[in-house]
Amino acid sequence: MSEWIGAIVQGTLLGGLYALFAAGLSLIFGVMRLVNIAHGDLIVLAAYLGLSTTILLGVNPFVALLAVIPIMGGFGYVLQRGILNRTLGPDILPPLLVTFGLSVILQNALLEGYTADPQKLNAGAVETASIGVASLSIGILPLLTFAIAVAVIAGLQWIFYHTSLGRAFRAVSDNQDIAQLMGLNKAHVFGLAMALALAVTAIAGILLGVRTSFDPAGGGGRLIFAFEAVIIGGLGSLWGTLAGGVILGIAQTIGGKIDPGWQILAGHIAFLVVLAVRPNGLFPRVSH
Amino acid sequence: MSKTLLSLQTLNAHYGDFQALYNVDMTLSEGEVIAIIGANGAGKTTLMRSISGLLKNDAAAILYRGTPIGALRADEVAQIGIALVPEGRQLFPSLSVEENLRLGSTVARKGPWSLDSVFQLFPILKDRRSQASTSLSGGQQQMVAIGRALMANPDLILFDEISLGLAPVIIKSIYDALPGIVSEGMTAMIVEQDITKALSVSSRVFCLQEGRISLEGNTEDVSREAITKAYFGVGA
Repeated sequence: MSEWIGAIVQGTLLGGLYALFAAGLSLIFGVMRLVNIAHGDLIVLAAYLGLSTTILLGVNPFVALLAVIPIMGGFGYVLQRGILNRTLGPDILPPLLVTFGLSVILQNALLEGYTADPQKLNAGAVETASIGVASLSIGILPLLTFAIAVAVIAGLQWIFYHTSLGRAFRAVSDNQDIAQLMGLNKAHVFGLAMALALAVTAIAGILLGVRTSFDPAGGGGRLIFAFEAVIIGGLGSLWGTLAGGVILGIAQTIGGKIDPGWQILAGHIAFLVVLAVRPNGLFPRVSH
Repeated sequence: MSKTLLSLQTLNAHYGDFQALYNVDMTLSEGEVIAIIGANGAGKTTLMRSISGLLKNDAAAILYRGTPIGALRADEVAQIGIALVPEGRQLFPSLSVEENLRLGSTVARKGPWSLDSVFQLFPILKDRRSQASTSLSGGQQQMVAIGRALMANPDLILFDEISLGLAPVIIKSIYDALPGIVSEGMTAMIVEQDITKALSVSSRVFCLQEGRISLEGNTEDVSREAITKAYFGVGA
């Protein structure tokens, strides 16, 4: 019995990582209706930036966040203003194609720069440390990851509903023309949204790299998990995204418990079941 | 004669191949209130969209304080002091009443209007400040739309179809509030289908017909017959 409880706890904590994968994707879709196919590759890019930072400066991956977050944020702003804003319009196809192209470019650039060898970030003793709760042994790193995910989602939620930036995000999301009339430059607002999304992606990438090994081709898998977490939770709902990540994580660990080969498949099945039963996700944003 | 605030010079506006405005010339002086009347499809909303920057034009077709602004984006036009109360209110559904109003002050221009003074003008909004903007009645939504534009402390305020779809009692209360708004030195352009209401608050009137100005004059000088002829393009 405790094995199953252990699997659920592990799955819940793993869901925190998936929620971090998904939060940036959800934010971007919510603000500008842009589906970023390169999102998974951006997570992997952040992991590699973390790798370079740890090697160059000889610091712990968590300290490397201090460099990777602003780099990814700045890259997001430039990417949005320089390329993605030009693709936005009534037709949803151009952003899909352009971010797909960006995904290919990122993968090949990482392959060129870092080779295809799998890499891992070394965070030291925290990776293997654990605490015992009743008969369960819970890893510090998954626990920390989950706590960071909750903090990030709460932070995003606070930005969205309690700051003028969040007000601008919601206004532009509601009606771009009228938001412009209020004096908001939507190109800048979209740039800030992408910067924020990629800052979150930086955290996701570093935690990914500390948890497991990564290689330049790993973006696709992360994109799928991120998509599934967003869809399960309901589009546009940040807490829903966390719930979606947790459900995906639990499905995977329980699937893996039944048969190790079922781990990934069980997650996809859980996603399909939710999609079939509640196509809008479990916690869709209330539409007025 | 007071200073010219806005001047339209041979303004032409297009939606793709369709031309919606033809050679519109118009001048507004500071502190003036003018009415734009005309039937559906006459080009009134296009005129508002052009001035506010939602529809791009030749830069020199629209002069604001002598500066060409026809090619500016809507947010740049807002920054220089032109606000639009759009047709159909167009509040942000994700934002509360207060958030809608606060968004209006994004441009942060100095002036008499603040959240408090808007609440003074429309007290009902103060009670509803944390409600979702879409939960309000049409008239209250129009109050938010007007308040939101005032929060920018504009020098020129454009009202597009200010009374469309509202109950007569609400229209009256909104028109009652107008003198208080324009007495703050604001220049206003009021687009309206209710001719009597429009003429009651304006000093000059322009009638648009099929994208062209078919009549202009001082409100007290133009006759009912002339307006009818200009409005419908037929003799009364």
